[in-house]
Amino acid sequence: MLRFALRRLLVSIPTLLVISFIIFALLDLAPSDPTANLPLTIPPEVREKIRLSLGLGEPFLVRYALWLQQFMINEPLNILEQWTGWTIGDSENRLRVLSWATRSPVVDLIVARLPQTLWVVGMSYVIAVLIAVPIGVISAYRQYSLFDQIGTFVSMLGFSVPTFFTGLLFIMLFSVWLGWLPSIYDTTHVVRDWDSFVFQVRQMLMPTMVLALANASQISRFMRASMLDNLNQDYVRTARAKGMRERTVVLVHVLRNSLIPVVTVIALGVPTIFGGAIITEQIFRVNGIGQLLIVGIESADIPLVQTLTFIFAVLIVLFNLIADLLYGMLDPRIRYD
Amino acid sequence: MTEAAAATAAAAIADPAFHAHRSLWGDVWRQFRAHRGAMIGVAVFTLIALVVLVGPFLHTLDPQFLNMRARNQPMSWAHPFGTDNVGRDMLAQVMAGGRVSLAVGVAAMAISVVLGALVGVLAGYVRWLDGPLMRLTDLFLALPLLPLLLVILLLFRDTLRTAFGPEAGIFLLIVVVIGVTSWMQTARIVRGEVLALKEREFVLAARSIGARPHRIITRHLLPNVLSPIMVSATIGVANAIITESALSFLGLGFPPDFPTWGRLLFDGKDFMTLTPARVIWPGLAISLTVLSVNFIGDGLRDALDPRIRGR
Repeated sequence: MLRFALRRLLVSIPTLLVISFIIFALLDLAPSDPTANLPLTIPPEVREKIRLSLGLGEPFLVRYALWLQQFMINEPLNILEQWTGWTIGDSENRLRVLSWATRSPVVDLIVARLPQTLWVVGMSYVIAVLIAVPIGVISAYRQYSLFDQIGTFVSMLGFSVPTFFTGLLFIMLFSVWLGWLPSIYDTTHVVRDWDSFVFQVRQMLMPTMVLALANASQISRFMRASMLDNLNQDYVRTARAKGMRERTVVLVHVLRNSLIPVVTVIALGVPTIFGGAIITEQIFRVNGIGQLLIVGIESADIPLVQTLTFIFAVLIVLFNLIADLLYGMLDPRIRYD
Repeated sequence: MTEAAAATAAAAIADPAFHAHRSLWGDVWRQFRAHRGAMIGVAVFTLIALVVLVGPFLHTLDPQFLNMRARNQPMSWAHPFGTDNVGRDMLAQVMAGGRVSLAVGVAAMAISVVLGALVGVLAGYVRWLDGPLMRLTDLFLALPLLPLLLVILLLFRDTLRTAFGPEAGIFLLIVVVIGVTSWMQTARIVRGEVLALKEREFVLAARSIGARPHRIITRHLLPNVLSPIMVSATIGVANAIITESALSFLGLGFPPDFPTWGRLLFDGKDFMTLTPARVIWPGLAISLTVLSVNFIGDGLRDALDPRIRGR
């Protein structure tokens, strides 16, 4: 198992390198000029100096290597220093990936946005799992019952209706007509006492529910299919024949075995959540990572977009690895060596 | 054999359907018809396609016609879906947008299915290509697609716009980009099927009578992997429509005066309190289309699965 984990970890390094190269090349070789959005009154020689100050004078491969060094070595060192308080080498003059729009380090921008995304998106994923697993279990146990039919239909609905439509519908229903919930997420809000906590819950409710609905419907479909596969297995009949209570059979024997593929599906879904959350964050004006990406794209802030896209890629590769390892740990029949 | 079993056997033989020729696709169709959701899906999808394709001939208002006297109208007989903030008729816009959205869905699906089938068959059939092609597939699966799509659209929009004109350029870009980033699942499924199929006796027989590889692939392998390809094609249409709407909804898809369902939703969301119809109808159109296509895909999957069929 350990050997497999190490091998997978080593394989993911070239994958990430290739992805980082694709992302960097795509953004860099694209026919667009970062100074195109500046006023036309700027004379050409000044414009050229601006281009040089953005680091565009170097050849492509040099810039790629520089970016890699800044992102892979300098930034982790900075984070380490912040956490531990140590000083490693010449930390004052260490080059960092700078955003073109704000001239501040990209990683600082991302770190400032991370809590909002983690709160809203993370919460929604937890809720989605909590809703989806029981629905999947009951749906499968009472296959073709009314509960199953409704559950399957609702999950198909949540699976098909895009989040930008459910989000707008929720706003229309709960903010415009009923006036119960705020439609805009206020990030500056600080939880101090009970009232501000209630406000925080109310403003988180809609974005969380929109994302939870979309995710729960996918997970519950997997849960149901996996339960159905297991319910007809021989070991279930054996357990019943031994005289175990139905409750034990379903909730201990069948559920634990059917959770194996579902757990990996949940792990694989985590990075797509960050991707899908771009739209939800945009609708509810949650200024998280997704919104930062949109802002970066709109202002053609290439370093910011490069770094964010690469972070998404790292998340995907990382959770693929986690899913593989989980599968091996949970299912003793699977041996990688 | 008991009495009852003999009776049912006799009844089965007496039944004309027993003697009638039963083809594979006849069986598939029979199973598909039994799936209620899929049949409703077919009906709804046909209805939407009909309205979008034939509707503009019946409701002849120009979707781009500005009528400043009839701004922000609610639903009425003259404007069944109301009008927007510059007086354009919403029904005409939703129908025009539907044509684009459906065309994007079908065209992007076609690209992704052809690519996926090609990569899958090559990886499954040609041994030395298997490794590199599957690594390529893994690489594509690890790419963060939505951010990349947004970035590609932003960077290449202007170039293509000048090359092919504002509408055709963006259409081409969106279709190609969605197609090129969604073939991986098809490729994996097709590769798996081809790997199993090429060890079977009929392929060996074909090879031993001297059939060429391309003949074996087109004549013996492709027809047998058609069912997974069809299922992933259906789901591909739904995914492409959702992706296109998401891009347009983020303001990075089609240009403003070129309606698609996602674009209409994006333009309508700021007028949600004034004219809610501007959000509801395009959103409903997207949701119903995707829902019906997904149900059709579910039904197809059941109908094409020989383990379920005939039960």
